[in-house]
Amino acid sequence: MASGGKTTVAFFDNDAELSLTAEEAAAFDGLKAKLAGWGRERGRLIPMLQLVQDRLAYLHPVAIRLVSEHLEISASEVYGVATFYNQFRFNPPGRHPIKVCLGTACHVKGGEIILENFERKLQIKDGQTTADREFSIDRVACVGCCALAPVAIVGESLYGKMQPSKVEGIVLRVKIEKEQQERTARRHEPDPPAQLPPASG
Amino acid sequence: MSPTPPHSYRRLRDEADRRRREVAESALPKIHIGMATCGIAAGAQETRTAFEEALAEAGAQALIRAVGCCGHCYAEPVVVIDHPQSGFPPIFYPEVNAGKARMLAKLFIKEGDPRLEHILGATVANELIPSVMEFPRFSLEHRLIMQRCGRIDPEDIYDYIAEGGYAALADALARRPEDIIGAVTRSGLRGRGGAGFPTGRKWALAREAADPEKYVICNADEGDPGAYMDRTLLESNPHQVIEGMVIGAHAVGAGRGIIYVRAEYPLAVRILTRAVEHAREFGLLGRGILGSALDFDIEVFQGSGAFVCGEETALIRSIEGFRGMPVHRPPYPAVAGLGGRPTLINNVKTLASVPVILQDGVDAFRAVGTAQSPGTAVFSVVGSVVHPGLVEVPMGTSLRTLIFDICGGVPRKKKFKAVQIGGPSGGYLSEAHLDTPIDFDSLAQAGAMMGSGGMVVMDEDACLVDVSRFFLDFTQKESCGKCTFCRIGTRHLLEILERLTRGEGREGDLEMLQELSEDVRSGSLCGLGKTAPNPVLTSLRYFREDYEAHVREKRCPGKMCRPLIAYYIDLAKCARGCNACEGCCPVDAVFITHDRKRGIDQAKCVKCGECVVACPPEYDAVRRVSPPHLAPIVERPPAEEKDA
Repeated sequence: MASGGKTTVAFFDNDAELSLTAEEAAAFDGLKAKLAGWGRERGRLIPMLQLVQDRLAYLHPVAIRLVSEHLEISASEVYGVATFYNQFRFNPPGRHPIKVCLGTACHVKGGEIILENFERKLQIKDGQTTADREFSIDRVACVGCCALAPVAIVGESLYGKMQPSKVEGIVLRVKIEKEQQERTARRHEPDPPAQLPPASG
Repeated sequence: MSPTPPHSYRRLRDEADRRRREVAESALPKIHIGMATCGIAAGAQETRTAFEEALAEAGAQALIRAVGCCGHCYAEPVVVIDHPQSGFPPIFYPEVNAGKARMLAKLFIKEGDPRLEHILGATVANELIPSVMEFPRFSLEHRLIMQRCGRIDPEDIYDYIAEGGYAALADALARRPEDIIGAVTRSGLRGRGGAGFPTGRKWALAREAADPEKYVICNADEGDPGAYMDRTLLESNPHQVIEGMVIGAHAVGAGRGIIYVRAEYPLAVRILTRAVEHAREFGLLGRGILGSALDFDIEVFQGSGAFVCGEETALIRSIEGFRGMPVHRPPYPAVAGLGGRPTLINNVKTLASVPVILQDGVDAFRAVGTAQSPGTAVFSVVGSVVHPGLVEVPMGTSLRTLIFDICGGVPRKKKFKAVQIGGPSGGYLSEAHLDTPIDFDSLAQAGAMMGSGGMVVMDEDACLVDVSRFFLDFTQKESCGKCTFCRIGTRHLLEILERLTRGEGREGDLEMLQELSEDVRSGSLCGLGKTAPNPVLTSLRYFREDYEAHVREKRCPGKMCRPLIAYYIDLAKCARGCNACEGCCPVDAVFITHDRKRGIDQAKCVKCGECVVACPPEYDAVRRVSPPHLAPIVERPPAEEKDA
């Protein structure tokens, strides 16, 4: 984890490797408190992992440890289950996750070409996140709007009847929107707060 | 004072009827917008906002209601406007984008002009406007399960009750469980999850199991890429499924129910969760349902995206908190399922059929469909058809009727080539099978299967080797890894298919595909492995010439396999002055020489086909050929400018 030059604390007494910033530690404390209210039956495992992913957007190693300790099963057992299911991810997604549908209808209509265009444009492969954490690309199996094939989802917006030439425009639009937001934010706050500056896109 | 189920139900029904009347009698125009996932994807949310804003601007009033999906995906976003004061019947408007919504709000709602050029038809028979019910896309359908989808608000339980919902439950609670199982058995209902196991027999098995604790599970883990009827049903009419589950619980004596729904369907999860809460508030779930002795409650469990979890034993393992790996049957879940307890596990559509059977009667249900497969089948027809969407037809309808009459056939005057039924576990059928009746047994005989009900129509431009590779890629990734043949066999099948699509096929590959497919089929435990080779086997059987062209000539007849095709620009047709192809190329592969010859740099080209789309139709100069060496070569002039 990038600590951003801040002091880090070991979250578990016996494990110095999983060290976190104070902020992150607070987030995990919150998670721990939330989990404490849950039963310890094995059947709770998947809903718990879903809760973690809901709050953190991915399964952080510390969260896996928390779940395993709560359910009194080994962390490897938790990993075993989590990696079996497609829903769970182990690296943080980008701020604008891109999901390219590769269901049957989208495949027949060239979904793969759309995926390639995103990969080429952003210089990452599917399953990866760009270095500035702006974008991540994932292939998904059917989002259930086959009549609009091929389909891509960028952030919250769904783009139906995609074409390779639309890819560049979509990526550009996200970047421009972000720049605009930053500009207005700067205008409203003459003194930027002392926090990590977002990497330029 | 303990009211009997019919009494408790009457009270709910009276209230629902009163609300329904209130809406019907109000003079306000009613705007129904289809807002299931597919509608929202097509822009229904923007349509709704546009209506609201335009109405406010125009100072007009109307009742806007979000309804579910009616299955007419080609027409999304769908809006039905009932404007009693205008004198017109309720009108069905297709493809209502924000602009059209603003126009309708102003011209129809405010001024009473329905803009006839934008309508599809009226929703009821009348003398002014032809009714959509006379169109083949509507009239040839027979809706039992999806009857109310797109007509009611899925988040308003009264809407369902006013349509006669939960009446079957009130009725069933007053009957003996054996009678209900008897009725389900006599109806001949077969599991709609794909395998077609007789539902009555499953229920009887679960009933006979002597255990005080039993479960009912609704299998909504619709993993087939290309099928979305379960999602639509849950998003458009969740209470029908809940009603079916409660009836099932009464019949087998279960106390707890679980709906296992994919987490990839966030809207379905939200709507279901609300529906369960509503049902609980109304005494339709919980202790002493409708004043009877039945205690039954439902929780919604989100599946985490594993195709194999559609298999019932794998699904149960997943609820128990393990990897979703199937286990040996018997014992069947009806005898020993979740936590070793007897568990009745049925598909969404099976459960949704139960209230219909009990309400309309066994004979009415048997009157639809065939003797061996009574009732209806729901298909999601997508791919190369004019009117894609969800279609519910009586079992026994022919494929020709379904594809050509109901869905409008293949667009752009292309020829029909194949239809793929049942997703990754199904198979292809060729033109020769178009008169095959659609039911469990006929489809299985032809080599396809009912499966999930996903149906992809392919025209002459489809390459079945490539589509088979796609399905194998899917099943290979989704194989849970338990059985060697499934885990390793599908991998080898995929490798051979990948080789074929790259033009590296060898003599003997086809025989190897055949042999390996049969081995995977016989060496796997669950449905995933047993059916995974189906796409390969059926395409080998019916479309062998496609495979042979790939192996012998390194040619892709459908011109789909990208390593086997090339694009070039027909200089006789090219305008040479226009820059459309060059401008759209994502990799700068299109160039122009000093004597204004246009060419495509084959080393750079990624074969995305953008230039074909971009080339103006009056020139239509971009050609696609297979094998690639057929493309004439135009030398690219050396690059001169090198700016950043």
